[in-house]
Amino acid sequence: MSDIAIRVENLSKKYRLGRRRVIPNFQETLLHALSAPARWMRGERKVDDTFWALKDVSYGRIASLLEVGTGFHSELTGRDNIYLNGAILGMSQKEIGRKFDEIVDFSGVEKFLDTPVKHYSSGMYVRLAFAVAAHLEPEILVVDEVLAVGDAEFQKKCLGKMGDVTKEGRTVLFVSHNMGAITQLCPNAILLNKGMLETYSTAEDVVKQYLSSGTDSPRVTFDHSSNPNAAALITRLWIGDSQGEAISIVDVNKSFTIGLEILGRQRIKGVEISIRIFNSIGHPLFTTNLNPSGSEVTLEKGLVQYLIPVPSHFLAPDTYSISVAIHKPFVEFIDQHENAISFDVKETGSQMWRYKSSEYGNILVDFPWQKSD
Amino acid sequence: MKENKNPIPQSASEPVITIKSHSSWTALELGDLWRYRELLFLLTWRDIKVRYAQTVLGASWAVIQPLLTMVIFSVIFGQLAKLPSDGIPYPIFTYTALLPWQLFSFALINSSQSLVGSQNLVSKVYFPRLVIPIASVLPGLVDFAISFLVLIGMLIYYQIPLTLRILTLPLFLLLAVMSALAVGLWLSALNVEYRDIRYVVPFMTLFWQYATPVAYSASLIPEKWRLLYGLNPMTGVVEGFRWALLGTGRVDGMVMISVVIIVIILISGLAYFKRMEATFADVI
Repeated sequence: MSDIAIRVENLSKKYRLGRRRVIPNFQETLLHALSAPARWMRGERKVDDTFWALKDVSYGRIASLLEVGTGFHSELTGRDNIYLNGAILGMSQKEIGRKFDEIVDFSGVEKFLDTPVKHYSSGMYVRLAFAVAAHLEPEILVVDEVLAVGDAEFQKKCLGKMGDVTKEGRTVLFVSHNMGAITQLCPNAILLNKGMLETYSTAEDVVKQYLSSGTDSPRVTFDHSSNPNAAALITRLWIGDSQGEAISIVDVNKSFTIGLEILGRQRIKGVEISIRIFNSIGHPLFTTNLNPSGSEVTLEKGLVQYLIPVPSHFLAPDTYSISVAIHKPFVEFIDQHENAISFDVKETGSQMWRYKSSEYGNILVDFPWQKSD
Repeated sequence: MKENKNPIPQSASEPVITIKSHSSWTALELGDLWRYRELLFLLTWRDIKVRYAQTVLGASWAVIQPLLTMVIFSVIFGQLAKLPSDGIPYPIFTYTALLPWQLFSFALINSSQSLVGSQNLVSKVYFPRLVIPIASVLPGLVDFAISFLVLIGMLIYYQIPLTLRILTLPLFLLLAVMSALAVGLWLSALNVEYRDIRYVVPFMTLFWQYATPVAYSASLIPEKWRLLYGLNPMTGVVEGFRWALLGTGRVDGMVMISVVIIVIILISGLAYFKRMEATFADVI
């Protein structure tokens, strides 16, 4: 098998088949449907709105990592659970026996093999479960965001295993909201929206579309009458692409701009306009001023717009907020707004995509290390 | 994975195999069950292994339960009420009946909870669901085997001679397993949708036990009601056990009716189970 074609023509219609179906988590539901295919297709009449079909597969073994450890029994030891879980996933005892050492080795829980899994840490639990599922040699490996659990080293192992699976000509169906992982791992991607297939294209395209859809773009327009006596007013603040066009989400791999519009009611001398960026826990990261050299600026009467370019690969994926002020340094604030807007920088495959910015910091750097002899 | 830049299939013009299930009534998918026999075995083994985990007395509970019931019955029904026991010492008379009954009530209690208890399995992984209730009934056989050893000891103690009739015992054991499975299928499937079953089962077990000649002899039943009495499938099983082991009772039309009833409940249970199976993952 070389390829998998999923035709999601009307998923929502399909879901009505099941009685009293509630779909609290669409992603999970989709995976259920994929892992238990026969149960979702009832009767010949449904062939017309086939909602998914696997090309070149008549009876495929589909391993799902949807809920790792499904069927693990807490009272049983790791060893027993490997056999049990393997059987649940459709492996024969012989097969498990043959791969047993490999599974144990992969999971790294060798020392606790004869301990009931109820005493395992959740990390060990997940590792063991993934190890079993990953050695199932499925035609299709369905992987959920489960990989978010486990330490970085184990995640690397898992991703390596997924790579092996594809190299052997089998398919990995990876379901995730992690744009970084998707662009790094998948050649093609599917975007679902409200149960309908929205896009099926290369991963880059799909990610781009995903990021540009969704939430309203972070922008704000301030009321002119809010500060009637001020000599100057901040009227608009927004996040834009490199041309200044408003966007909703910032791609870590693309440069973007902060747009600012100011209304000068009169000519003011010696002003400074500052923009300060805060990370998601409210720490100021940096401040950028209209005039970096520090000499005094004169603000003319009338409407003026500024675009402040922010380079790509600079702010790490996180949520940021912006405060803006027009002030005379150490003299007075003419107009200011704290946390005026916030915006998200999304991971689409930076060099740090496997880690969380809350761990490694908010600034991406690319310092060339040199070996010193 | 990056290098695997396949062209994206745009249309359905390429051969597509649609996976679909067949109509629920035509195929009971028993072949499917055979393919998953290892899973059935492992789930049964799991239940056996886990059953007496973290108990002090462990597997001896399998003996203690029927033994204590036997003592209570002997005191109340044997000594106080002086129920006739067909000329056999009352303790062994009731213990012989308690063995298949224990197997049956084990199935009643365990199977009704089996599907619901395996909720994440049912909703997440596909395998023939039949495996679950069957695997919940089979561990009862282990308890049966253990307490059967005690019965052998009692047969020797009371010096009850065995006859060739004992060769028919496997048949009655099969019948007991079938009846346990039959109600197990019904209850497990029903409990998925109607959790009332959980509350019904304790009453049902109690009531059913008194409707079955466990504490008394089936010979107490007036002859003209005897065939009607056979409608309780356990009557035939218990009577058969006594007949094969103790030489009392009769294997007659009453037992035959029980057999027919068991087969009917089993087949209808299978059919009902298969019909409901498609919706288990949704409803559970």
